[in-house]
Amino acid sequence: MKKSQLVLVGNGMAGVRALEELLKIAPDQYEITVFGAEPHPNYNRILLSPVLAGEQTLDEIVLNDWAWYSDNSITLHTGVTVHAVDRVRRVVHGTDAEGNTVSAPYDRLVLATGSNPFILPLPGHDLQGVLAYRDIADTQAMIDAATQYRHAVVIGGGLLGLEAANGLMKRGMQVSVVHANEWLMERQLDDVAGKMLQQSLAERGMQFLMQAQTQELLGNANGRVCAVRFKDGSEVPADLVVMAVGIRPNTALAQSMHLHVDRGIVVSDTLQTVTDPRIYAVGECAAHRGVAYGLVAPLFEQGKVLANHLAEWGIGRYQGSLTSTKLKVTGIDLFSAGNFQGGADTEEIVLRDPYAPGGGVYKKLVIQDDKLVGACLYGDTVDGSWYFKLLREGRSIADLRDRLMFGESNMGDTGHEGHSKASAMADSDEVCGCNGVTKGAICKAIKEKGLFTLDEVRKHTKASASCGSCTGLVEQIIMFTAGGDYSSTPKTKAVCGCTDHGHQVVRDAITQQHLLSTDAVFRFMNWRTPNGCATCRPAVNYYLISSWPKEAKDDPQSRAINERSHANIQKDGTYSVIPRMWGGETTADELRRIADAVDKYQIPTVKVTGGQRIDLLGVKKEDLQAVWKDIGMPSGHAYAKALRTVKTCVGSEWCRMGTQDSTQLGKDLERAMWRMYAPHKVKYAVSGCPRNCAESGIKDVGIIGVDSGWEMHIAGNGGIKTEVAHFFTKLKTAEEVVEYTGAFMQLYRLEGWYLERTVHYVNRVGLDYVKQRILEDTAGRQALWAQLQFALDGEPDPWFEFDKAAVDERQFQRVIPILPALQNAPAALAK
Amino acid sequence: MTNWQAICTVQDIPVLGARRVARPQGLDVALFRNAEGEVFALLDRCPHKGGPLSQGIVFGRSVACPMHNWTIGLCDGQAAAPDEGCTPGFTVQVQDGMVYLDAAELATKAVDLVRPIAGPARRCTQTA
Repeated sequence: MKKSQLVLVGNGMAGVRALEELLKIAPDQYEITVFGAEPHPNYNRILLSPVLAGEQTLDEIVLNDWAWYSDNSITLHTGVTVHAVDRVRRVVHGTDAEGNTVSAPYDRLVLATGSNPFILPLPGHDLQGVLAYRDIADTQAMIDAATQYRHAVVIGGGLLGLEAANGLMKRGMQVSVVHANEWLMERQLDDVAGKMLQQSLAERGMQFLMQAQTQELLGNANGRVCAVRFKDGSEVPADLVVMAVGIRPNTALAQSMHLHVDRGIVVSDTLQTVTDPRIYAVGECAAHRGVAYGLVAPLFEQGKVLANHLAEWGIGRYQGSLTSTKLKVTGIDLFSAGNFQGGADTEEIVLRDPYAPGGGVYKKLVIQDDKLVGACLYGDTVDGSWYFKLLREGRSIADLRDRLMFGESNMGDTGHEGHSKASAMADSDEVCGCNGVTKGAICKAIKEKGLFTLDEVRKHTKASASCGSCTGLVEQIIMFTAGGDYSSTPKTKAVCGCTDHGHQVVRDAITQQHLLSTDAVFRFMNWRTPNGCATCRPAVNYYLISSWPKEAKDDPQSRAINERSHANIQKDGTYSVIPRMWGGETTADELRRIADAVDKYQIPTVKVTGGQRIDLLGVKKEDLQAVWKDIGMPSGHAYAKALRTVKTCVGSEWCRMGTQDSTQLGKDLERAMWRMYAPHKVKYAVSGCPRNCAESGIKDVGIIGVDSGWEMHIAGNGGIKTEVAHFFTKLKTAEEVVEYTGAFMQLYRLEGWYLERTVHYVNRVGLDYVKQRILEDTAGRQALWAQLQFALDGEPDPWFEFDKAAVDERQFQRVIPILPALQNAPAALAK
Repeated sequence: MTNWQAICTVQDIPVLGARRVARPQGLDVALFRNAEGEVFALLDRCPHKGGPLSQGIVFGRSVACPMHNWTIGLCDGQAAAPDEGCTPGFTVQVQDGMVYLDAAELATKAVDLVRPIAGPARRCTQTA
């Protein structure tokens, strides 16, 4: 069957990304032809600024080299400008450099003609040395001019103009920036940040002519520009003039085709033009819901939806994008998103430190109706992604308001030498402590493999893929090396690659449809794979058993290794065994049994854990069941996403300072809640007085005895990113502590997303919400506590009740075939 | 002619799981069974840092190494891109519900590969 013909007009980032997405899902559906006016393969236009500044080369910014086109059987016509499209006969006609016509028929046509830089119609605009700043040719001309000439004037103090000015300055030219407005980058910055930016750039030697109105460009005898004259009569010398006053969608071709154009080529949510269903438009030339985007992330999102429709899947919808801006001038950190100006009905929180080293810090957050609607950061942008996430999610920040300005950077507290500014790091500095990845290695991978997103960097370098503590740094590096983090910004994050559904949708479906097995979930929710993957099976299995206790069947093959073996796997394939010691107390008899087991099974290491119990390391899998039997103590669940321990301090039983009986409450809590599976591990602590020797302040549930009762704190976290628990409520009796904490646990079990610690869950839903459910809604709280007790009633100990606990005993036994020498197997088997 | 060694029945292998097969020399062979009832045999050792693949989650025709989550193809032992590495495979036959491995391979293939050493024994092998 003859393939359909697909023609792409435009060889830039948006159009080619759409092709890449199409090739991923329907590689054989079309014969593809691409027309590109520029004589280059697809390159990263965003990185022209680093090329101009001498930080990268033209070779390094090519995204798809010539070989990519031939490898994918794409016919590429470069240096050919399409001048006409016959919509009736469905043929595209282009003209090459020599004036010959190159034509291609189409069944589907994609217009990705990008933008044209706006050239001010000043007298002298067509002199030599007057350029726009859009493509490789412009960049090369600027680089050449810098070697021969001295004075450059950049008209336009916006994002692009400042990057051009910076690049020319780094190449040794004397640069003046002319800007009509009072401050720079007024489309992204308010006046304070704009003036701080100007100050920083001026300190580097850039000159500014603010609120200046250009009248004319003057030329010399050779026809080259030599000066710029302003309306007030003044003049500045200029051997090179760069116009960076804006871009306009390139719609000339579309207009000649009588497609509906309004600012850009008008398209629907499926990227189809509203005039001709065979024709699509994507990228800067397209206008979607009245917006023509000039930043790359939305264009990549459009490309994905376009590919979906070209492949005839028909399910993608593009609904517009929220964008953020980052300036690519090395050493200047700038981030802006949303409604950064503020105004009536908004509240602004501003942090301003003009004397901070490095040019000052200015951060403005704009809040409306308890939601973050805009952010403008100068000098410290490490929390940019976090603010952008809050903006996109549109969630209430009322409970975060007082610490919102101080950031919630992705950086953990350890593992990256304390750096918080990637630009200040040397190539040899270690960014990722878990995997030993240096800044240089990350930059290299980004450039060599054309990586764009955090996920890609994680996959290729492992940086930020383990504990995540260095994520903020890695994001900064991506910004400077790839031009930005172009992760697609879907509102919901999918559970894994097997589906587009997010965790909440899956949880809700399990509850509403009464689903009881992973198979049922995969079928009902149209999973792309028959049996999921290592990410989703454990998550779905957890959702099933927590939503439908006593009904859903726990599937051992859907449990990650530790939970399947009920022991912690070690680096050499042996396991560790940690028996439970209620409240961290043990007896001579237990210690003897443990010691005997160590001798009998020759267990190499005996270690005391932070959870106040004993760890036996190096147990062979075949010995696990026997070790559990010999020791005869309950499972410590040290391997599970479940309640781990309840740490205690000695409290009033023994301690001079003890105000309350923390050890008894600790034991009671542990007995009430052990065997409780959860979205992630849960750690409790009970301290007998505010000296807090049990470290309740960094636990999921931390209880502190005070004179009149117990303080309950929640959602603390030790580890990668230490979080202090929030004070939640004060309770009078130990019974209340058990009920309230149990209810909180049940809420977390039912609503948490797999792998969220309580801190992440509470950050997501808000502390106020949790207070409403547990403190204010009394009946609700009691119901939650009753549900948890119901779920735990009769829950087996997996070390002793294998059948009931769904422990597949086959895993403990190695098959030991008897190997007869030179015996033949039954003759029926072929060689 | 291949000497086929009877190992176990297909039913002995959990669906979407594995069994470890001991041999006199060398690391265990891991026998995998997927949801379609296909049986695969690989050395029980991840090409990354030597972890036991038999303990991983099986999905499709792959297993995720329990150590650092590399995805290893059950048909050929290859790590999924962008990771690079390959674990040796073993020829396996299934007949009448019985699983057979090549006795010669069991005896001689990849017998030199080892696990990482853990615990106090490690310190003895480190130089001062």
